[in-house]
Amino acid sequence: MEPFSIQQATDAPTAIKAVGAAAGSKFIAGGTNLVDLMKMYVERPAVLVNINGLNLNKIETLTHGGVRIGALVRNSDLAYHPLIEKRYPVLSQALLSGASPQLRNMATTGGNLLQRTRCPYFFDISFPCNKRTPGSGCSAIKGYNRSNAILGGSDHCIATHPSDMCVAMAALDASIRIEGPDGERDIPFTDFHLLPGETPEKETVLKPGELITAVDLPPLSHSARSHYLKVRDRASYEFALASAAVVLNMDNGEIKSGRIALGGVGTKPWRATKAEQLLQGRPSEELYHTVAAAALEGAKAQTYNGFKIELAKRTLIRALTITAGGIA
Amino acid sequence: MNELIGKPIDRVDGRLKVTGKAPYSAEFPLKNLAYGVTVQSTIASGRIQSIETHAAESLSGVIAVITYKNSMSLHTLTGGDPGQGKFGERDLLPLQSDRIFYDGQHIAIVVAETFQIAEHGASLIKVEYEEEKPVFIIEDALSDAFQPASALGGGEAQTHRGDADKALETAEAKMEQTYITPVYHHNAMEPHATTAEWTGKKLTLYDSTQSVVGSKNAIAQILGVPPDDVRLYSYFIGGGFGSKGFTWAHSVMAPMAAKHVGRPVKIVLSRQQMFTSNGHRSRTIQKISLGAGKDGQLISVKHLTTSETSFVDEFVETAGAATKMLYDVPNLDATHSIVRLNKGTPCPTRAPGEAPGTYGLEVAMDELAYQLNIDPVQLRLVNYADKHPQTGQPWSEKHLKECYERGAQAIGWAQRNPAVRSMKEGDLLVGYGMATATYPANRSASSAKIQLFPDGHAVIYCATQDIGTGTYTILTQIAADGLGLPMASVQCKLGDSKLPKGPNSGGSQVSASAGGAVWAAALTLKSKAIQLAIADKESPLFGQSEESVQADGGKIFIAGSPEKGETYAQLLTRKGLPTLETEITTNVSTREGAPPAAGGEKKGGDQESSAVKADEGVDHKKYAFHSFGAHFVKVLVDPTLGTVHVDKIVGVMDIGRVLNLKTATNQIMGAMIFGIGMALMEGTIYDPTNGRVVTRDLTDYLVPVNADMPAFDIQFIDIPDPYISPVGARGIGEIGITGITAAIANAIYHATGKRVRDLPITPDKLLS
Repeated sequence: MEPFSIQQATDAPTAIKAVGAAAGSKFIAGGTNLVDLMKMYVERPAVLVNINGLNLNKIETLTHGGVRIGALVRNSDLAYHPLIEKRYPVLSQALLSGASPQLRNMATTGGNLLQRTRCPYFFDISFPCNKRTPGSGCSAIKGYNRSNAILGGSDHCIATHPSDMCVAMAALDASIRIEGPDGERDIPFTDFHLLPGETPEKETVLKPGELITAVDLPPLSHSARSHYLKVRDRASYEFALASAAVVLNMDNGEIKSGRIALGGVGTKPWRATKAEQLLQGRPSEELYHTVAAAALEGAKAQTYNGFKIELAKRTLIRALTITAGGIA
Repeated sequence: MNELIGKPIDRVDGRLKVTGKAPYSAEFPLKNLAYGVTVQSTIASGRIQSIETHAAESLSGVIAVITYKNSMSLHTLTGGDPGQGKFGERDLLPLQSDRIFYDGQHIAIVVAETFQIAEHGASLIKVEYEEEKPVFIIEDALSDAFQPASALGGGEAQTHRGDADKALETAEAKMEQTYITPVYHHNAMEPHATTAEWTGKKLTLYDSTQSVVGSKNAIAQILGVPPDDVRLYSYFIGGGFGSKGFTWAHSVMAPMAAKHVGRPVKIVLSRQQMFTSNGHRSRTIQKISLGAGKDGQLISVKHLTTSETSFVDEFVETAGAATKMLYDVPNLDATHSIVRLNKGTPCPTRAPGEAPGTYGLEVAMDELAYQLNIDPVQLRLVNYADKHPQTGQPWSEKHLKECYERGAQAIGWAQRNPAVRSMKEGDLLVGYGMATATYPANRSASSAKIQLFPDGHAVIYCATQDIGTGTYTILTQIAADGLGLPMASVQCKLGDSKLPKGPNSGGSQVSASAGGAVWAAALTLKSKAIQLAIADKESPLFGQSEESVQADGGKIFIAGSPEKGETYAQLLTRKGLPTLETEITTNVSTREGAPPAAGGEKKGGDQESSAVKADEGVDHKKYAFHSFGAHFVKVLVDPTLGTVHVDKIVGVMDIGRVLNLKTATNQIMGAMIFGIGMALMEGTIYDPTNGRVVTRDLTDYLVPVNADMPAFDIQFIDIPDPYISPVGARGIGEIGITGITAAIANAIYHATGKRVRDLPITPDKLLS
């Protein structure tokens, strides 16, 4: 890794100011992703601003019934928080299906939102990669792309967004609170991450110096059920081949409405809004198949990852089945 | 008598290891130590056009940058025996020319005051290449494939008996398929590491190696210094799995750099570098043909393997090795072709040959069993080899039938419905599969020294090494039993090339080889002590016959009358002896096709002891020495998502006498876990456009985790093999990974009806 200096921040404004003041500076919280990337020379920040001292590690109930998660809440604390386990099981399950206990003890909510892709070509600076070095080319498209995305890719990048947590938050219609040089703003979760298009190096709508301070989860109706299902090459400590987060509002055995997000298949946490519009009525295999087909509409297979289209459908159908409590 | 051999005794070095006090090769804080980091090529074939080192050299804290332009000259080492010294890549000594043979080849070393500066310096080196078109896929180079005359250590690479083609034509039943295994990397937990320090012309090395003597010899000869001027330590090794059996470039580059800068230098390979710079298991393409009668009796077996080697050495993955001895078949071709690729040179990996070979053979046997509607166990019994089918030798011991019986019983084989896709637990498909395990029972010459001290404790010395398997512990047990001492009174010193020469840790030979030597040394030393006592008027044993005296609990006494005797401590103290010692060599070899063992280091004196003579007196050439076993596996498969969980593995092993039930079970369990990896997830991927490794870390190169673990039922036949050594133990390091992958693949077939013939069996292959 390249030499860097580190500064301690005690509150958000000083942290934001410190990052804004030095070119090539970055916030660091858990460091579980950033430090790895620094070791691989993918990230070369000259200055790190340590935000671990900021008062952003609380989980609070909001007046309208939702929950606010501080950006520094560790993944394990979030996963095991009674409010989350009870009201948002999909989020707890997603968190616990990611990484390892040691990593979850360090990784933060805000950091997880900014997790970089695990595309092996992004991690190895000997390969061209448009996300790492804009304009250098995409090695994955012509290379070994079994883990790459089938949804949301472009001719410039097919890197999969790796987070499990984000898939659940997308399905929960979360919003992200941001503080920056120009004050505070809220961003709907689905607007936060960007598709690669022609600028895969731009992964979020964050502007320079902006700091994530919290994630807000809206209230769910009491009858809502949710579930996260992840399919992978080994039983733990592995990224998804395909995953699905499902939130269903049920009434009298019927699905009134639902929200779906997919992981392991998209260049961003993949909210399947079109499929959600079809998600109504008595649970049936036929309904689930129709919904799954819609969710994967437009999926594009690469040389080695074509199986993900079918696998993602089956994963979603299984997740819907579990969430609804079996076929009625 | 308190017998220690066989007991599930805790590792003698366990506490040191779990408290972080066991020093590994990168953990010797030498004074004035400098740190070396290597720079590697990023093309697979061509030449270095220019290499810009100025920026690195200008970096504060960088001491030197060494490339082929300013490197010392080295000497080619042609030896092929890792016990004597085998360099991994014969024709590619480090930093000697501008030629590039594979991506990841070391092309420079940056030496600096700290590891961080060295690494930063390495990142500043800019290289321009003259690139040539590489070839890195076996299928692209098949026209240049050739059949090597021999494999590692002179082993047979081409085996024929009868007329396999003709017999196949006449067979009532035929099964012909191709099986493919990918490249594997060993991925020991401890990275490869070498620390080198020159003192005048003498060189001290701390090197993580499976062969302290071989590595010492190899490095000395390549550097052009007398081997006696080099001393190599490897006290603790965090796994090797074959990758530390040969000597690799970094182990030579550390002393080169140390000489260059006049300071001790340490080089530790990164995880990423361990995917290019210390060998791998070659991909194999195995064409297997079985010809049999309707009763399943094999009349023809063909096992034709193609694997890869590099442009700088030859290595053969002998996948047909088990095929030539496992079943009683009169007509056989077991051939091996190799193809040169622009990759690093392959090397032994976790049961080289047998692990991928038994996958092919034992899946093929399963296919034949289903084709003929014969129970897979029965098919193996029909073809049971009562003697070695190639040599006609009797087996030293073979209890494979009992392995099948006990394994089948434990898994509930008879209760399963053998029809494919017929069994379910909830929504999951259930499958049962089995396969045979086998591995040669190698033993080679080994010396050992034991010293007794006046305080009653003894120390064993042997220049072998404990690669994490429990060698310290089992040698301590053997010596303690031989001398009649408690465990706590025996110390074991290994991992030092200056000690009496022991075996390299390869081919599962250490327990039999060093164990045999330590046993003979212990008996010889006990005999010396007893002879001393019975000749000493002041001893309570004066005038007794040697045969009437036995030893236990640190005491020598008249058999049956423990009160009539004295302790070793009393004897040595009274005689005023600072030590009583012996050093012997057991000059025994059971290796198939290997040349006779090297002459013993010690002749005369203790070498003539009855214990050594009894051991060497067995006609080892008369017997075929092999270990056997059977794996039975139950899997659960999600038919919709394609995920497989191995639910239970029963392994019954016939490995002679069990030396330590705990470490033996560890060995088999570890091997089974690697088998789960091979079956379900493991494999190195190379970029299809340029041949660079894509799966360069343990995020992308998957090995099983705890959540993948089945219930293990590991059993041993535990019948001593009196011919391999008086201790009766055959090696156990590798047999556990043979057959297991096939057993899992066969269970998946039983569960799903899908026969996957290219590993690993990932969910995508079971989706359709």
